Amino acid sequence: METALKESKCITTEEFLINMGPQHPSTHGVLYLELKLDGEVALGCTVHLGYLHRGMEKIAESRTLTQFIPFTDRLDYIASMNNNLAFVLAAEKLLGLEVNARAKYIRVVIAELNRIASHLLGIGCFAQDLGAFATPLFYCFRDREKIVDIFNELCGNRLTYNYMRIGGVQFDFTKEIEIKIKEFIKYMSNKVNDYEWLLSGNVIFLARTKNVGVLLKEVAINYGVTGPNLRASGVKWDLRKDEPYSGYENFQFDIPTGINGDSWDRYKVKLEEIKESLKIIEQAIGALPEGDPTVKAGRQHKLPVGEAYMRSENPRGELGFYIAGDGSFNPYRLKIRPPSFSNLSVIAELVKGCKIADVVCILGSLDIVMGEIDR
Amino acid sequence: MQSVNFFEVIRAKFPEALQEESTQAIIIPKEKLLTLARFLKTHEPEFDSLHCLTAIDRKERIEVVYIFCSLKAKASLTLKVYLNINDLKVESLAGIWKAADWFEREVYDLFGVTFLNHPNLKRILNPDDWQGYPLRKDFTHPNIVKKP
Repeated sequence: METALKESKCITTEEFLINMGPQHPSTHGVLYLELKLDGEVALGCTVHLGYLHRGMEKIAESRTLTQFIPFTDRLDYIASMNNNLAFVLAAEKLLGLEVNARAKYIRVVIAELNRIASHLLGIGCFAQDLGAFATPLFYCFRDREKIVDIFNELCGNRLTYNYMRIGGVQFDFTKEIEIKIKEFIKYMSNKVNDYEWLLSGNVIFLARTKNVGVLLKEVAINYGVTGPNLRASGVKWDLRKDEPYSGYENFQFDIPTGINGDSWDRYKVKLEEIKESLKIIEQAIGALPEGDPTVKAGRQHKLPVGEAYMRSENPRGELGFYIAGDGSFNPYRLKIRPPSFSNLSVIAELVKGCKIADVVCILGSLDIVMGEIDR
Repeated sequence: MQSVNFFEVIRAKFPEALQEESTQAIIIPKEKLLTLARFLKTHEPEFDSLHCLTAIDRKERIEVVYIFCSLKAKASLTLKVYLNINDLKVESLAGIWKAADWFEREVYDLFGVTFLNHPNLKRILNPDDWQGYPLRKDFTHPNIVKKP
């Protein structure tokens, strides 16, 4: 139809620009895309960032390491626990601290629970972006709520937890929390099948996501894409397996990968990862070592002269912290390497030749959080 | 993080490369950066991903830090380029790793390092009309309130 119109030369067409965002429900924060369109087809896009720039790296230079932990909550606010973990791991690497076995296992349980919560939100919002109004999102929020409840009981917060400490964690697991987590594993194992039934088998969902926004393996690596987005393109790369930290080498789990690297694969990898995370939690909570994971040492740490870089596998990819110390209590320089930053940078490549509705689909499948991109 | 092993390999090809004592990072003169980058991309173990790019302001100089990763060999390498504060120019790596595009824009935005031959060197996090480079140690702004 479109080509027929063009060929008939009755209608003159020209390229035009359209602004998507900064206030747009599918941009997952405040992202401004300047789309270049020919009719309904996107020819390219320019990304404008920085609406959530809070200067966290500058703030870090006037805070102690412990004071900076709450700031990491506000990076990727969907997965605060994982941010906490990445930061304390980097700090411990620079300070040369060892953590006891119980604290390591508790951190793994908490990080994996938060990964499930994050992926549930990612899947729910993705379906919402595709026009599956409210139903999948409510299912996802119902299950995410159970995790948030556990965290609330554990540390008193529902979104920004500030739970991990340099050298351990803030509170130990109580018996009630252990029971709650075990109940959640049972509950969630059944519910994952609901999502398969609700979304994976849905004809409209398949038609909207299959072969949309295909990200090739080489392109993904070249752009520095990490996390589920990289694995969806068929790269078996997961820091929990390839550069194990915090005791991940003790657990048995698989790394789900996709084949085509399209939006469908990115969704499917997230769903499979929920199942793997449940496996890890089950093993970790079943073999929780004895000991005291809370930190008795002081909160002030004098940073040695030197630099340390530590990255860990966040739900959205590899979050890294580069800390440079100069012998004082505050970091001389702290660089945050957020996963979504690189994951978003590939969008200009993906939207070329897509329909404008598919741009929303691609953005949803990349599952970005602007809080960590703008910092 | 095993940058020690690669140092000898790089040293054989680039005799001007040095190793930083405290961090084990490899330091390369900025004139050699582009050739070394091409070497790292193509030579074993093929650093196919530019994982992170940042900078540190050391007052008299700015250190640009590159962290490369090889997914195949599960290896990573930290590379540094020292830039004199009066001559903040270095070749862009955006032609080799696309990831460098946004990373370099960020360093340009926050530190004022100019990347030569960059496809689109504009501010990324701050507004286009922003004055100064916020992550420099001497950055001042009228709205900044000193802590008591």
